[in-house]
Amino acid sequence: IASTYNRDLSLIVPLLQGQKVNHRLHSCNFFLSPIAAHSHIIFHLCLCSAEFPDLRKHNNCMASNLTPAIYAKLCDRATPNGFTLDEAIQTGVDNPGHPFIKTVGMVAGDEESYEVFADLLDPVIKERHNGYDPRAMRHPTDLESSKIQSGHFDERYVLSSRVRTGRSIRGLSLPPACTRAERREVERVVVDALSGLKGDLTGKYYSLTQMTEKEQQQLIDDHFLFDKPVSPLLTCAGMARDWPDARGIWHNNEKTFLIWVNEEDHTRVISMEKGGNMKRVFERFCRGLKEVERLIQERGWEFMWNERLGYILTCPSNLGTGLRAGVHVKLPLLGKDPRFSKILDNLRLQKRGTGGVDTAAVGGVFDISNLDRLGQSEVQLVQTVIDGVNYLIECEKRLEKGQDIKVPAPIKLFK
Amino acid sequence: MPFGNTHNQMKMKYSSEQEYPDLSKHNNHMAKVLTQDMYKKLRERATPSGFTIDGVIQTGVDNPGHPFIMTVGCVAGDEETYEVFKDLLDPVIEDRHGGYKPTDKHKTDLNSDNLKGGDDLDPNYVLSSRVRTGRSIRGFSLPPHCSRGERRAVEKLSIEALASLSGDLKGKYYALKNMTEAEQQQLIDDHFLFDKPVSPLLLASGMARDWPDARGIWHNDNKTFLVWVNEEDHLRVISMQKGGNMKEVFTRFCTGLTKIESLFKERSHEFMWNEHLGYVLTCPSNLGTGLRAGVHVKLPNLSKNAKFEEVLKKLRLQKRGTGGVDTAAVGGVFDISNADRLGFSEVELVQMVVDGVKLLVDMEKRLEKGQSIDDLMPAQK
Repeated sequence: IASTYNRDLSLIVPLLQGQKVNHRLHSCNFFLSPIAAHSHIIFHLCLCSAEFPDLRKHNNCMASNLTPAIYAKLCDRATPNGFTLDEAIQTGVDNPGHPFIKTVGMVAGDEESYEVFADLLDPVIKERHNGYDPRAMRHPTDLESSKIQSGHFDERYVLSSRVRTGRSIRGLSLPPACTRAERREVERVVVDALSGLKGDLTGKYYSLTQMTEKEQQQLIDDHFLFDKPVSPLLTCAGMARDWPDARGIWHNNEKTFLIWVNEEDHTRVISMEKGGNMKRVFERFCRGLKEVERLIQERGWEFMWNERLGYILTCPSNLGTGLRAGVHVKLPLLGKDPRFSKILDNLRLQKRGTGGVDTAAVGGVFDISNLDRLGQSEVQLVQTVIDGVNYLIECEKRLEKGQDIKVPAPIKLFK
Repeated sequence: MPFGNTHNQMKMKYSSEQEYPDLSKHNNHMAKVLTQDMYKKLRERATPSGFTIDGVIQTGVDNPGHPFIMTVGCVAGDEETYEVFKDLLDPVIEDRHGGYKPTDKHKTDLNSDNLKGGDDLDPNYVLSSRVRTGRSIRGFSLPPHCSRGERRAVEKLSIEALASLSGDLKGKYYALKNMTEAEQQQLIDDHFLFDKPVSPLLLASGMARDWPDARGIWHNDNKTFLVWVNEEDHLRVISMQKGGNMKEVFTRFCTGLTKIESLFKERSHEFMWNEHLGYVLTCPSNLGTGLRAGVHVKLPNLSKNAKFEEVLKKLRLQKRGTGGVDTAAVGGVFDISNADRLGFSEVELVQMVVDGVKLLVDMEKRLEKGQSIDDLMPAQK
């Protein structure tokens, strides 16, 4: 009994029927009388409450939604790969809250996590994604960039444009759970596919373990190099294990299409360029993604995707499109206006510093991008960013002229 | 449980070559010993509580090397780790502990009467004296692997046992997650408060999970006997006081430990111990006695002398900064302690420190007067 920290409730029925059961984790056969099985149920519930994390000082989506009842129900389950609830929530237990944003507080270890732990993940997804209900709604995927209207910003204000997303390779575990061999397999599959890209997408892969000093310096100068995560949100989830094994960066020769391998997701795909031609950035983004998808399909692989959740990624916050389309834009006056936050909110945009998610703005230059990820398509989100940024630039121009600005009406979600 | 390690069956889908870690840039004990063949053999195993070879080595894979010291690069998840993975751990232990063989026996001696002298280290030089060790409670997984329930059970048992201490050992427990601001400040001022580990060596092994749940500090009212609960080990036991009376520190240490052990036994629990490895702790470097006896001592002249390192080596002592294992000395004040843990008894190790520090202070005094220390050079212990 000292070793029975994980008793599977689903074994109780066959136990009550007097059958032998083979416990997954202990591979021992045990055989209980109905009375003993009853006390095991109580014992199990007591064991679960001994294991329930202390979340009283916590403020993240996982802590807001994990009840003792849900924990008791899920704590003995595992995905086919062996990923457990405790592993999924570890990052949220270890990191009670972030000063600026309400963090998600849990991750997926594989595609099946979103099913096996749906009792917790569904309410977390609903809270994080503005009420999106994975049981009732469908997520639209749309990578037809020709549908974008306008999308060429005033370059006196917009310094650069960027669209990023992530893609996971179906059949392989995600970064929190993957073994070294799986991670290396992800690298092999992706690098092999990328070597098939042609034209303006022709490029080269730089493995983190093998790059020369010179290559490393060039990648730093290009602002392409990613380093071992330092954020405890990521390290506590186990995604930095075995660093830098099987991690690397691929980019095209023109340095406008970039792929990170095995950082927070199997792949992060980035299209970017200086200036304000978001339409072209998105066009390359869609074309590149579709081409990579075709290349991995040729080799018998596919991306993790389903119609409830769209593209499956490690963090529930990146489900759906996984898309963040953004610009670096000069808004020195608007940035100081007390209505700035409200305007952004209503436009469904968020601001960050130009150093990324955990930084502050410098010199009036903001990183402005879409807030939403799930429930709207890629085309819809990019259009939202285009329309929104154009509005912000108009506000900035008006403030320059001493004119007043208006807070726009909030735009509708889930069109 | 740490990640990637509960799915041992999944990993068997891939060949051992595909899973074997890249240790080409590594310099730690684990990396020196773990060959492909050894990995192939050990990856099929797990301890009864489910700890696997990848759990053992994760910290060593994630941390290729430390600038000052040769790190161990592996940890135990439970008592059985040292048996199930002995193919890896025996050579690591041998390398780390000066040639200690798998057949060697370790002597435990917690009788402080056997210590000769040690009550008269010159307080003009020796600022403080301290002895620490660790203890693990048999039947529970160790910090890299334990569940929240197990960790809480260890805390509960420890609080109960410590609450029974009396006399000059009577004290109080402060749970990390419940302490008031005032209590916290007092513990900081007393230099008792430990914080969530920041060293990647510890974090990568999973021992900081669920912080600060079930972690706490117990100390006696006199503030000379201190127990850390659920930091790097189940228990870390520390006896300390200002000045140079190491004998008194060690006596309290032995009395306290023996008393705590009997209190646990009254509650049907015992410490992890066997006659080959002595006391079993999380890090293989702390096996045997788990004992570090040390002083903070002023050696501004000796530390600048060319022979300093050689003297320490001969005396089987090591130096650290006064901030602990990863710090440098400040103002000529060093933390000097025994280098060994396994293969010598507690009394023997403290004797080495007492005799060694006496000699270091004598050398310092000579150098102050501009005299030579050549005739004081010790033989290799």
